Amino acid sequence: MTETKAPIVSMRGITKAYGGVQALKGVDLDIYLGEVHALVGDNAAGKSSLIKTLAGAVRPDAGTITFEGREVRIEDPRDAKALGIETVYQDLALADNLDVPANVFLGREITRRPPFGWFLDNRAMEERARGLLARLKINIPNVRLKVRAMSGGQRQSIAIARCVCFNARVIILDEPTAALGVQETGKVYALIREMRDQGCGVLLISHNLNHVFENCDRITVMKTGSLVGSRRVEETTQDEVVKMIVSGTADPPRAAGRPQPLAQPG
Amino acid sequence: MRASAASPHGGLTAKVDHTLFVVVSRLVAIIAIVTVLAIASPHFLTWGNLVNVSRQASLQFLIASGLTIVVLTGGIDLAIGAILGLAACLSASLIVQGHVFWGIVSALASGLACGTVSGTLITYGRIPAFIATYGMLWIAHGLGYVFMEGEVIYGLPDAFRFIGAGFVGPVPVPVIVAVALLVALHVMLHRTVLGRAIYAIGGNPAAARLSGMPVRRRLIAVYALSGMLAGFAALVAIARVNAADSSLGEDLLLPAIAAVCLGGTSLFGGVGGIAGTAIGSLILALVVNGMNLLGVETFWQNGVMGAIILASVLADQLGGSRLIGKR
Ligand SMILES: Nc1ncnc2c1ncn2[C@@H]1O[C@H](COP(=O)(O)OP(=O)(O)O)[C@@H](O)[C@H]1O
Ligand SMILES: [Mg+2]
Repeated sequence: MTETKAPIVSMRGITKAYGGVQALKGVDLDIYLGEVHALVGDNAAGKSSLIKTLAGAVRPDAGTITFEGREVRIEDPRDAKALGIETVYQDLALADNLDVPANVFLGREITRRPPFGWFLDNRAMEERARGLLARLKINIPNVRLKVRAMSGGQRQSIAIARCVCFNARVIILDEPTAALGVQETGKVYALIREMRDQGCGVLLISHNLNHVFENCDRITVMKTGSLVGSRRVEETTQDEVVKMIVSGTADPPRAAGRPQPLAQPG
Repeated sequence: MRASAASPHGGLTAKVDHTLFVVVSRLVAIIAIVTVLAIASPHFLTWGNLVNVSRQASLQFLIASGLTIVVLTGGIDLAIGAILGLAACLSASLIVQGHVFWGIVSALASGLACGTVSGTLITYGRIPAFIATYGMLWIAHGLGYVFMEGEVIYGLPDAFRFIGAGFVGPVPVPVIVAVALLVALHVMLHRTVLGRAIYAIGGNPAAARLSGMPVRRRLIAVYALSGMLAGFAALVAIARVNAADSSLGEDLLLPAIAAVCLGGTSLFGGVGGIAGTAIGSLILALVVNGMNLLGVETFWQNGVMGAIILASVLADQLGGSRLIGKR
């Protein structure tokens, strides 16, 4: 079904060095609407660096990003958000000293009408945050509490809710369940599947291959800053993916009759 | 760290504990100081002395208010005293010549300019706030010194002196000014986009930046506001003492930091508020007044001030639960 669709995001030849460390050595990646795309690989493979270039948190040294067929420049987080690319960062980019509505609307506060545009509409933000949490079935009884006081799962849910709130087209999640218990992890994946079903493109970094195979449609493997290979889940096995992660090399996709090469620009 | 792993209910009690601790400990401090001074000095509970204390506390609050906002972002502004001194000299020289309006404008504008320069150095120049504002301290101090050439200006017109030395009914005008500023800044911090940015930047600068907030613009606004408030405090100060010279702001930084710390605002940023600084200023004014009444020598007073800063920060670290530390 998605095979014939054009990707919403195409990253080509993304290169990034931090001082002497070559974190990304010309990586290609495609994201399709209605798909969960998993990015896997050892520590320091460059996964976080890659998604940060898409999120506008890091500027690549070279490479191009195409969004809906147009080449775009993403120079800071606001550029990415303007395109509908929302990111849940690995280290939970929440302000612990603020409450739930303040975090959901961080940087995009609802304000009163001009000439009072500098004033916050705290009530509107609280109502919308409550509605959003209810819609996503996130259980936070008192949204006025500072998020510092909340559990890891609640905090991660807030970070995800923040993405959903602004009509995201593409949602990026960097190890969203790394710090969570079993039940909380299940809830986060339910949220991810729901966003996929609503037509979003999801890019997910995870170390847990069981979760990846249960929840994702496509898997891309990276090692030491380079792309190893990309597979649809039904065309591969955990064994093959583990081999790709460890060896850094891939056999040609072996799926019967339906190879799925990734790098096919245009 | 620990708090984030706690249950939501644990979090609730922890939050209440912290706020309670700050409020209760300050109330206890005020009651204790007042009781001790009332017993130790027959002059303390006289009307004249209480007016004096309230005026001193108000002026202290005006000086510490801009610093509070800077500290809430996780920054520091060491230049407030020097900016106050410079603004005082510029405006006093205009006001004694009869240009009251331009004197007021020059105080606010010079403070705004100094603060904007500090903020720009910190954000676009990537200089740590500590260094940038320390440099600004000496620049502002030097400018004031050159401008005054060692002279002292005194004898300001009565109409202008009203904001520092006047009364409305029984209430000293600086008290009214301080209360108005307290309300305005409280609204700014909790009801405006800038205030939200101040707490977000202080709580988690990376989150603020990644959320798309214009962090650098907001920080420049904060340092500019801090400078302008120092200029505003200069007006009330010269109206009060009826004079200005280039050394006016020299001893004001340490008490301002003490007032902010006493008010429970975390030097790490993100925690606290302007009302705390009002309470901190009152405590400080009581302590200084008490030391004067009891004849404590001036050179001890700075030592006491330093001890107060350390004691209040330490008390909040230990007593205010884990919540005052960062993330
Ligand atoms: N801000 C940074 N400064 C310096 N080196 C960095 C920075 N971010 C990442 N790196 C380096 O880049 C490489 C890739 O890191 P990262 O993208 O975080 O990998 P992953 O998320 O796959 O574990 C690592 O060697 C890491 O040390
Ligand atoms: Mg990572």
